Amino acid sequence: MAVVATQLFNGISLGSILLLIALGLAITFGLMNVINMAHGEFIMAGAYTTYVVQQAFSHYVPAALFNYYYIAAIPLSFLIGALLGFVLEKTLIRFLYHRPLDSLLATWGVSLILQQMARSIFGAPNVAVTAPAWLDGGLTIAGAVFPYKRLFIIALAVICMVALYLYLDKTAAGRKMRAVTMNRSMASSLGVSTQKVDAAAFAIGSGLAGIAGCALTVLGPIGSTIGTYYIVDAFMIVILGGIGSLAGTVFGALSIGMLGTVAEFWTGASMAKVIVFAAIVAFLQFKPAGLLSARTRSLE
Amino acid sequence: MDKKKLGYWLFFIALFLGPLYLTEFRLALLGKFLCFALVALGICLIWGYTGILSLGHGVYFGLGAYCTAMYLKLEAAGGTLPDFMEWSGVTALPAFWQPFSNPVFALSASLLIPALLAAMLGFLTFKNRIKGVYFSLISQAVVVVFVTLFVAKQDWTGGTNGLTNFTTFLGFSLASPLVQIVLYLMTVLILGASFTLAAALTKSRAGRVLSAVRDGENRVRFLGFNPTSYKVFVYSLSAALAGLAGTLFVLQVGLISPAMMGIIPSIEMVLWVAVGGRYSLIGAVLGAIVVNSAKSFFSESYPDIWSIFLGLLFIIVVMFLPNGIVGAVNSWNEKRVKSKRKGGTADAADSVVS
Repeated sequence: MAVVATQLFNGISLGSILLLIALGLAITFGLMNVINMAHGEFIMAGAYTTYVVQQAFSHYVPAALFNYYYIAAIPLSFLIGALLGFVLEKTLIRFLYHRPLDSLLATWGVSLILQQMARSIFGAPNVAVTAPAWLDGGLTIAGAVFPYKRLFIIALAVICMVALYLYLDKTAAGRKMRAVTMNRSMASSLGVSTQKVDAAAFAIGSGLAGIAGCALTVLGPIGSTIGTYYIVDAFMIVILGGIGSLAGTVFGALSIGMLGTVAEFWTGASMAKVIVFAAIVAFLQFKPAGLLSARTRSLE
Repeated sequence: MDKKKLGYWLFFIALFLGPLYLTEFRLALLGKFLCFALVALGICLIWGYTGILSLGHGVYFGLGAYCTAMYLKLEAAGGTLPDFMEWSGVTALPAFWQPFSNPVFALSASLLIPALLAAMLGFLTFKNRIKGVYFSLISQAVVVVFVTLFVAKQDWTGGTNGLTNFTTFLGFSLASPLVQIVLYLMTVLILGASFTLAAALTKSRAGRVLSAVRDGENRVRFLGFNPTSYKVFVYSLSAALAGLAGTLFVLQVGLISPAMMGIIPSIEMVLWVAVGGRYSLIGAVLGAIVVNSAKSFFSESYPDIWSIFLGLLFIIVVMFLPNGIVGAVNSWNEKRVKSKRKGGTADAADSVVS
């Protein structure tokens, strides 16, 4: 029983990290049909931001306050990620809207450059971020231990999810974003500035990747390739969930997280990858456009 | 058109005469690049001509290379277990290794296994009209799956180190310079033959359907063609070319490891084609040679700069040279011809005035 609960919990926890990463991808992909291969490097940027904040706290802030560095790191990671995303959108992506395959290649170039820059700045070996003391330990329920770190990540993912939902559903800017996602030319002719919407969406999506990076620092050491480890799974989630649908993304993230953890428990890490991939391809045989894709009459 | 053909012939003859004017080291490098050019040819067929961007060709290349490497490994072991299996405590040769002691089986497997895998993956995706970036991302996930599997199953595949330490191929010593020259010439001939084949394909009726699929898949469907079978066919063909390249690669380089089929090598293969010119077969071949020459030049002296340079190359090619070197040369030629004509009329006008 405790084993089942632990596996279930680990699945949800992995799923919530993947969710944080995939949310940003889903927004930008749904909105602009652009796959940002540098998304993984925004995760890395968020992680290194947390590292820098921690270093700054340990040098310049009284020791009593050190444990609160994490509170400062989360919004900063978001801002750094968002800034990078904004710059990328303004300098590169907006010229490539109608060439999705090309934008994929160009952003992959960006990702290579960012990784190399991170290696030059922070060195090639991984760096460790000490998790704040209030995240040590765990909750024990009926013999199963639920580490606070993972609970915290789940909570973070839920908060981001709710905030994003409120933004997209309740604010004027968010509703404009949804309008552009549904029908770009119609929204544009009704006076929505699609350029502004695109830039904002890209910044928000990238910021979420930054938060994901910040969350990853509590789980282990971070390095310049931390993003590539998760990014392929995140792409699969977007494909599985369907375009432009938050609920689909949540479903994709949780199911890939769960399946990955359970398969890993039964068969080991390498076979788990095979099983998850086979399951995705099998699923696409029934739902080629993903679970929840916007219904449309258009052919292409 | 004839000028173009003459150019191709000169280029291939120059490659064929390589052993006469290149040192052993340079020849080995060029031989390796020509294997890559073969992969690029396949990618050009699917990407430039059919509009399928595969980020997973490293897998097909790797599978082809591994099939041949398994044969070489068994030949080197001479009836005993391959060395890495002994190290990881395997006592008997795994059943799936056994047929690879036959060179005919191994060489045909190096073509057929990539082609079959590609056909299966292609059928399952193209049939469901999964295309564009979706397909690219799925093909990239295949890379992750295979690399993890090959690294983890160390007792079967040699793990991260891959397969190496070969001695002979069909009884000929791989260390001998003469054998290497023969292998190089074989590579040139195979590349030439594949190039001719690919060029014939693009000019054929089927080739025109492929470009039509790229430009408007649904229209092709409405005209009564089945795009799926065309796409599956060209995708498997391109995987088989990659497998063939893998065989030639492992014979000349003497090593194959999961690192050579990973995400980065796979996407680098796309870059070769992008740099050379995605709509041109000769561009793909040239792109593979040029980018790899640049890589061996840069990464020897500045390994850090190389990856930044690679990234910049991607951005620059996509933003400013979408049709690659060949496209740039062509449009420059067109401009020159146009300006010549303009210049001619201007001269005539001048003479009338004076």
